[in-house]
This record gives sequence, C-alpha cells and structure tokens, in this order.
Amino acid sequence: MTTIEAPALGRPADPYKVHRTEMLATGHGDAGPASTRVVVAFGFWIFLLSDIVMFSAFFAAHAVLQNATDGGPAGRDLFDPTRVAIQTGVLLLSSFTCGVSAVATNARSHVWTQAALLATGLLGAVFLLLEAHEFAGMIASGAGPQRSAFLSSFFALVGLHGAHVGVGLLWLGTMMAQLFVKGFTPILYRLICFNLYWHVLDIIWVAIFTVVYLIGEGR
Amino acid sequence: MKLFGALSWDAIPWNSPLPLIAGAVVIAICIAIAAWVVLAGHLPYLWREWITSVDHKRIGVMYILLGLVMMLRGFADAVLMRSQQAMAYRAPGYLPPEHFDQIFSSHGTIMIFFGAMPLTIGLMNFVIPLQLGMRDVAFPTWNSTGFWLTATGALLVNISLVVGVFSRAGWLPYPPLSELEFSPDVGVDYYLWALLISGIGTLVTGINLVTTILKMRAPGMGYLKMPMFCWTALASSLLIVAAFPILTATLAMLALDRYLGFHFFTTAGGGNMMMFINLIWAWGHPEVYILVLPAFGVFSEVISTFSGKPLFGYRSMVLATLGICIISYLVWLHHFFTMGAGGTVNAAFGIATSVIAVVTGVKVFNWVLTMYGGRIRFATPMLWSIGFIVTFVIGGMTGVLLAVPPADFLLHNSLFLVAHFHNTIIGGVVFGVFAGVAYWFPKAFGFRLHEGWGVAAFWFTLAGFCAVFIPLYMLGLLGMPRRMQHYDMEMWRPWTQAAMIGVYLFAIALICQIVQLVVSIRRRDSLRDDTGDPWNGRSLEWATSSPPPSFNFAAEPNVRGEEPYWEIKRRAIETQQNDARYEAIAMPRNNATGFVTGFFATVTGFAMVWRIWWLAALGLAAAYAVFVWYAWRDISEEEISAEEVERIDHAHRERRADWLARQSQTRETT
Repeated sequence: MTTIEAPALGRPADPYKVHRTEMLATGHGDAGPASTRVVVAFGFWIFLLSDIVMFSAFFAAHAVLQNATDGGPAGRDLFDPTRVAIQTGVLLLSSFTCGVSAVATNARSHVWTQAALLATGLLGAVFLLLEAHEFAGMIASGAGPQRSAFLSSFFALVGLHGAHVGVGLLWLGTMMAQLFVKGFTPILYRLICFNLYWHVLDIIWVAIFTVVYLIGEGR
Repeated sequence: MKLFGALSWDAIPWNSPLPLIAGAVVIAICIAIAAWVVLAGHLPYLWREWITSVDHKRIGVMYILLGLVMMLRGFADAVLMRSQQAMAYRAPGYLPPEHFDQIFSSHGTIMIFFGAMPLTIGLMNFVIPLQLGMRDVAFPTWNSTGFWLTATGALLVNISLVVGVFSRAGWLPYPPLSELEFSPDVGVDYYLWALLISGIGTLVTGINLVTTILKMRAPGMGYLKMPMFCWTALASSLLIVAAFPILTATLAMLALDRYLGFHFFTTAGGGNMMMFINLIWAWGHPEVYILVLPAFGVFSEVISTFSGKPLFGYRSMVLATLGICIISYLVWLHHFFTMGAGGTVNAAFGIATSVIAVVTGVKVFNWVLTMYGGRIRFATPMLWSIGFIVTFVIGGMTGVLLAVPPADFLLHNSLFLVAHFHNTIIGGVVFGVFAGVAYWFPKAFGFRLHEGWGVAAFWFTLAGFCAVFIPLYMLGLLGMPRRMQHYDMEMWRPWTQAAMIGVYLFAIALICQIVQLVVSIRRRDSLRDDTGDPWNGRSLEWATSSPPPSFNFAAEPNVRGEEPYWEIKRRAIETQQNDARYEAIAMPRNNATGFVTGFFATVTGFAMVWRIWWLAALGLAAAYAVFVWYAWRDISEEEISAEEVERIDHAHRERRADWLARQSQTRETT
C-alpha cells in the first residue's frame, strides 16, 4: 500500500515547502524535507505507536487483574471459542480486503477501490455486531464490567479495540463519500493512513485473541 | 433523567466568598477584555491572525501566553498555601481544610499541565522550525488543534473555581481516595476531563514535533548539525509520544471506575490501587524529563551564545540527552519505594535512578566548560542559565539522596521531597523557560526585553527561591509531612514563616517580570532589533528577520560545513545577501478547525463532568462534523507570490543595512 503515488499538483518547486510533493527527498538532512507521502505516513505511524502504548497499558491492567474475579465467573466460564474464531476470521479477511483496496487505488480504479472498501466496512461491522452480542450476553448473565476487576479490565480492553473499529468505520464512510464526490486526489494519503490503521487494529486483535481469550480459556 | 444532569444552582459556591469573589473578578476581567477587543475592532484581526492561525510561531506564542497566565494562577495558590502554613501553628489559619486540599491539588495540576507544559511546548513550537530551516511544522492544523485542546483543559480547571469544586485528591488522584466512594463530588471529574482532553492535545503536538524534526529539516541539516535545543526537543517529544498514552489510559480507567462502576482501582470487586500508582508514574517520571529536557536545550543555546563559543562536547551532549530519554522511562518505581516492592526491586530502581545523575552531570560539566575561556556576556538569559546550574546541582544532589531507598524511607512524603522537586522544576524548567523567553522574545516580536527589570526579576526569583526551598528542606529533615493544613510542632514554625517571606520575594520577582514586559512594549522603538540577530547568535533562527515572515525564510538555507552553529548562520546570511532568485511559496492556509474542535471539546468535557449526557453526545457529534467539514476542504494552501517574498525580504535587508550604517557612524563619532 505504500506505493500509492503522490498527486501531481504542478506547483513551482519550493524544495523547502511544508509538504513537498516530489518523491526525491529522504528527510535525512542531505536532501531537505521529505515528500508529503513520507511525512504523512511517518506521522501516522508515530500516532499508531502511541496508540499501541495506550493499548499496552490496558493489556498490563488486564494481566494484573486476570485472576481478580472476586468470586465471580472467570474467562473459561464466559468465552465462546467459536464466536471468537469467527470474529478473528472476519477481521483478518477485512484486513485482506483493505489491502485489495490499496491495490485498486494504485490502479486508480474507482469501482474496485469502493468495492474493496465497502467489503472492509461490512466485515468490520459484522465483527462489531458479534462483539456487541458477546457483551450483551455477558451483561445479561450478570457478568458485566461491574461484577469484578477481571471483567472490568476485559470489557475495557476489548471494548477499546471495538471502539477503534467503530471509529475506523466512521472514517471509512467519510472517505468513501469523498472518493465518490471528489475522486482520488484529495484523499490518497488518508487511504494510506487508513490501511495502516486497519492493519494495526488487526495486529492488536491477534494480541487480544491470544492474551485475553486463549490464555483466559486456559485459566 | 434531569436535563442538566447533576448541575444545579448549588454548584456555585454561594456560601464561600473567597472563590466566589475571585471567580467574579476573573469573569469581570475576561468580559472587560472581550468587550475591549470587540469595541476597539480587534476581533477580526485576532480571529484571522491568531485564533485561526496555523503558523507555528503564532501558536508557540499563544502556548507561552497560556502558560504564563496559568502560572500566575498556580502561583496565587502557592501564596495561599505558604501563608496558611505560616499561620497555622496551633491555629486553624484562614483556609478551611477542604479548601486547602483543593488548593494544593489545583496548584500541582496547573503548574505541571497548564503552566510548565504549555511553556515548554510553546518554546519548541516557536523555535524548532526556525532552527532547522523549515517553513512550518509537519502538520500545521493539528498543531493549532493541539493548542486549543490544551486551552480547553485549562479552561475546565478554571471553570471549576466557580462552578462546582476542584479535586481534593492531590495533583495525581491516587485511588481509593479519588474513587466515587471517597470523592463523591465533581472535583476529580474536572481533573479527569481537563487532563484527558489536554493530554490528547499534548500527544498531537508530540507526534507533530517528532515528525517535524525527523522528516522536515532543511537541505544539509544532518542529525549531528542540529542545534542542541532540537535534540532535547526531539527527546522530549519522543517521551511525550511514549508516555502520554499511558496517562490517557490510566485516567480513562479511573473515569470508568467513577462513571460506570468499573473496578480497576476500587477497594471492592478485586480492584488494585497499586496498579494506578504504577501506571501513573510510568507516565509521571518521563513527564519530569519531558519538561526539563527542552530547558536543558535552552541553556545549551544560551550558554554557547553568550559565551561566544560553540557548545563544549556537542556529541557527548547528544548522547547524554538520549541517555536521559531512555533511562527516565525506566525508573518510575522510585516514586513508591515505601509501598512494599521489596529490597531487590528497590535496589534496582535506586541504582537506575542514580545513573540519571551521571548522565546529567555530563551536561553540567559541558555547560561549565563551554563558559570556560569564553567571552561571557551577563545578559538576562545568561543569568537565568548560571542560576540554573547552581540551583540545579543542589536539586540533583538531593535527588540522588532520595534515590537511595533507605534515605527515601525517612524522607518520602515530607517537605524535603516537595523542596527537591520544586528545586529541580523551578531551577530547571522555570529558569529555562524564562531564559528562553528572554532569548527568543526579540525573534518573536522584533524588540528586546528591558534588561534592568529582567535582571531584577532574576535576583528576586533567586532570593525567593532560596528563601522558600531551603526552609522546606529543613522542614522535611525535621519530619514535617507535606500537605498539612495545620500543625502543632513549635520547631517547624520559624521555617514555615521563612518560606512565606520567600514566596513574597517570588511575588516581587513576578511583578518585576510584568513591569519588564510593560516597559519593554512602551520603549519598543529603542529596543528594536533591526538585524534579526540581536545576541550574535549561532543558529539558523537568527538568519531571518525579527519577527520572521510567515514563511520564515525567503531563500532556502542550504546547510553546509561541519561546524554546526556559527558556520550555518554565516552561510545562511551569505545566501541571503547573494541576490537570491525568489520563488513563489505555498503556505498552509489558516483555518478554524483547531478552535472549533477546542470549543466542542470544552462543551463535551463540561457536560461529562456534570453528567449531562445529551450535551456530551451533541459535543461529540459536532466534533465529528468538524472532522468531516475539515476533510472536505478543497484548498489547503495559499500561495505567496515571488514578488511578495522579494518585497518582504528586501525590506528586511534594508533595515539591516540601515542598522549597520548607523553602527559604523556611531563607531566613527565615538
């Protein structure tokens, strides 16, 4: 996805401008400021790293509180491996369709880009529905986040990931509308960023799947 | 469900006159300023040139203004506390306990988050693009958004003065005290939302600065040619990116406990309050270095400039900065040596903590050796820097003492600790900011600050500093715990009274600062800086005019040569004097995204504090609408034509030529 090319704006070269559009510069001092694509993607990576730090704090809290069930249900009483497997499959598939959208963007194909983005969004929505169903079931059976510190950390960590997916869907919808109205030019860099974001959510889900569900099942 | 949630007329403290009067005065002043701005017709200018500005220089100046105003507010709290303790020997004093508790909580919160942070971030924002030869930071609109989110947090803290109460749980709201069970009022909620919102603003700025420094430097500006301030700012920004998300996560967990009955840190339900203390200090210790590293950078610039020498041991300075950046992340546990982690853990963290003193020592020796053999000019920024070296060494040594776990068992939670961190933060960060403001003020506004009043402010600050914190060290050694509303130990009394006198010396210093600003503005014509280089500086920011044009540099600085500072400047001026070919410059357009986001963040934060759910939802929906509206814009840049660039640059060069002519004339006549 990193091969999406910069839009040519046809401005006079100002090698020194806030966002360059040429692809030559490295940003390492010898050749001046980096191109917009490099700067935007780099900045977004830094944001994603900071987001991962925030997730780490919630992971740490969950690790500390994993056994603090306060006499209430533990992971093995609550988790449904089948649903978690389906959720994982759906999310991994959405990462794939997201990658397809980047390929389609490179080919400048509106139809395929929109179709791949739509598939990504629908799969994300299915994932969220499954998660909401799981949460609703747990709360209905008296295993809500107020029941114990273990459940507090579970709902917070998994819910935080779910919230990220939800925000991603809002972002995706906005970009699809923009793509429809205005075409590629104004949002190419945002499509790169969305790809990064979506893949990182997938990676975090793999960690949740392992640390929360697999290890939780075993306890 | 009530329309206004928990908010009612009882939220306004009708029966306690002090905050009510203070609040009324502040509101009256704000209304008066707003009325003056509107009636004098300044609003369009303010809106166009400042509020919607995405220019890093303007945003930096607004950050510094915010920090200075909030520092006044935090200082008022300090005066109240010192006076209370001086009076409270076998007496209730004049502040009731629950009010005293709010005051020390808001003092710490304001000074760190809304005083020191905006001041250092403001300096970084203003200086970095100039020193590295850029047009602006990597993400100008995000920069403006970050500022307005910080302002939102500051506003929420100030609203708590009049509507409701502020936290009584200390500047870091340790559970279980801060849980709903023990703090049922909205004080902690104000704290939480102010910090959650401003924390996002800080994070945005950190990301922006890391990207800016690593990816946007002028041609030829290799890593080992970057001025020292940029290195320390880079280290500080990296720490922001690595540490502030932990703060956000921790405070979000506490908010979940308070709002939705979660059990992260409660005494019931299996919650673990020690986890809060681990998490908050995993952010909190790096935070200290986020604040002090840019100040170290300021001292490096100032000492080198006013000694007329390149910085001694530049590369070791870079290594020391990065060493501090890494080690500061690994020592958080020394903040709770006494909480039962065990001897081995305490020893490991004690040793790690002491290692920071070694790396910082490298820096101190480098500063001293930079001065050695130099032509030292004792201008105000240099005085602050020398004052810093002396006081900071004391603060560092008491820090090493506290890093030894057995000593810490005796001294923790005493006024010795309070004296230690004030010693380092005032002697380091505040002196650094004052040095930086005096140093870069002419660059920002085109005229220097008045020297006499600056020197007076320095000496009164230094005297007040010694008079407050030496007694506090003594009180700590005499066993006085921090945060006491009253006491009955006679031997503490003279020291608390001495500390009160000290805080009044600080107040005089503050008045000197304000007078300095007023006098400098009135005499700005005689203090005018026509050269763009009033101090004979050594880095790139002095190569452009004061104040710099919106695009910073008319011609591209091409950084060559090995010697990082002097050479760069010389050559930069050279390239400007060669009649450069001017080209059109595209600059990011001003826009209101940041301000509007800040507005809705304030609405949302206030609504969350008072549990007005519909308003919070409305605020979030509006924030999303702003996002879409901003994303939909068609034109994000505007072009400054080559003729305009040429006109601005020629005007600057003429001013400089006139100044040079005047200089040679006076030299001939004398």
